Amino acid sequence: MDWIEWLQLIIGFFIANVLGYGGGPASIPLMYREVVTNHAWSTPEEFSNILALGNALPGPIATKIAAFVGYDVGGWAGAIAALAATVVPSAAALIILLNILHKHRQSPSVKGMTLLVQPVIAIMMLVLTWQMGESAIESIGWLQSLLIAAVAFWLMQMRKVHPAIVIVGAFAYGGIVIPHLPA
Amino acid sequence: MSEAKISNPYLQLSWAMMKTGVLGYGGGPSVIPLIRYEAVTHYKWLEDEEFGEILALANALPGPIATKMAAYLGYRKKGVLGAVVSVLAHIVPSGIAMVALLSAVQWLSGSAVVQGMIGAVIPVIAVMLGVMAYEFGEKAVKGLGLYVGIGSFALAFGLLQLAELHPAIVIIFFLAYGAFHMRMKDAWKKRREERLLKRGQDERLGQKEGVTRGLD
Repeated sequence: MDWIEWLQLIIGFFIANVLGYGGGPASIPLMYREVVTNHAWSTPEEFSNILALGNALPGPIATKIAAFVGYDVGGWAGAIAALAATVVPSAAALIILLNILHKHRQSPSVKGMTLLVQPVIAIMMLVLTWQMGESAIESIGWLQSLLIAAVAFWLMQMRKVHPAIVIVGAFAYGGIVIPHLPA
Repeated sequence: MSEAKISNPYLQLSWAMMKTGVLGYGGGPSVIPLIRYEAVTHYKWLEDEEFGEILALANALPGPIATKMAAYLGYRKKGVLGAVVSVLAHIVPSGIAMVALLSAVQWLSGSAVVQGMIGAVIPVIAVMLGVMAYEFGEKAVKGLGLYVGIGSFALAFGLLQLAELHPAIVIIFFLAYGAFHMRMKDAWKKRREERLLKRGQDERLGQKEGVTRGLD
């Protein structure tokens, strides 16, 4: 990989992510455009495989794709370049904005802003809950979704179990029991 | 959960962000309640109010949500180095897994075991998101009062779901109003007090007049 390609990695992933509003899935078509269409770093079939693997693993989809494509194109230097271009711009923007806000912590304007985002967050989380619920029902059905949800709720809210433990438990149930249930 | 007391802040950050980076199934937003748990409940690095603010602003910016938040939390705790450590801890495990496992992708994405694992986790994340929605809703009502609270829920819902405005726009809109909210509240309160005072004075005047008239 020469330095031009290295630069292209940086610019390509920067563009894909700076335009990617609305979270993970929104940046996927943008990355496809850069990775497959513009630079032919991978073929459509390969990209589809990358996406499939990406969905089978945890973590932000954008960094998973950046890591793989970057490494594929230029080894560690490529991976680092792609990841940096993906992560740094928005992280830096957030840090700068919040720093400004933090300096004016005590101003009534900032207090008002903190207060007024709460209903928006509440609604956004509610909508996400609904979407997750739909997704769960689609993949494992009503009964299991409700059962797992009920157990999870009891464990986390009543028994104050660390969510990580509940999730690992769900993994175990899902990996061991579900494959043997009648489709 | 009896985690051994990790005192080194960098290790705390790394461990917390690694956990969220490894357990965050179901897409970008599913890490949000996990990060919230680590930052607000478990390590108590910040309160929910501040977390909500960070989340809102992070949603108003492009890019992957998890890394933005990991970076800010790391920065807040330990400056730029903290930010770097935090982000790396979050994305490196899955990044390496991507590179290492591509040859196994056919097996992995088709495997019933993996499908089952992912499927079973989603209701858990949904519960965490739902609880978060409720708790933020509670805070909103406590801070804004019942009517303004419910009104803002309705407005937020309408703008996001019915008008299908982009979340960033809705957040900026609420932030803009929020900047003036306190001032408007004070002005409204003052006007109300003046009105009540004036009404009280008028009533007293009116009673006096009524008494005189009665005696005529």
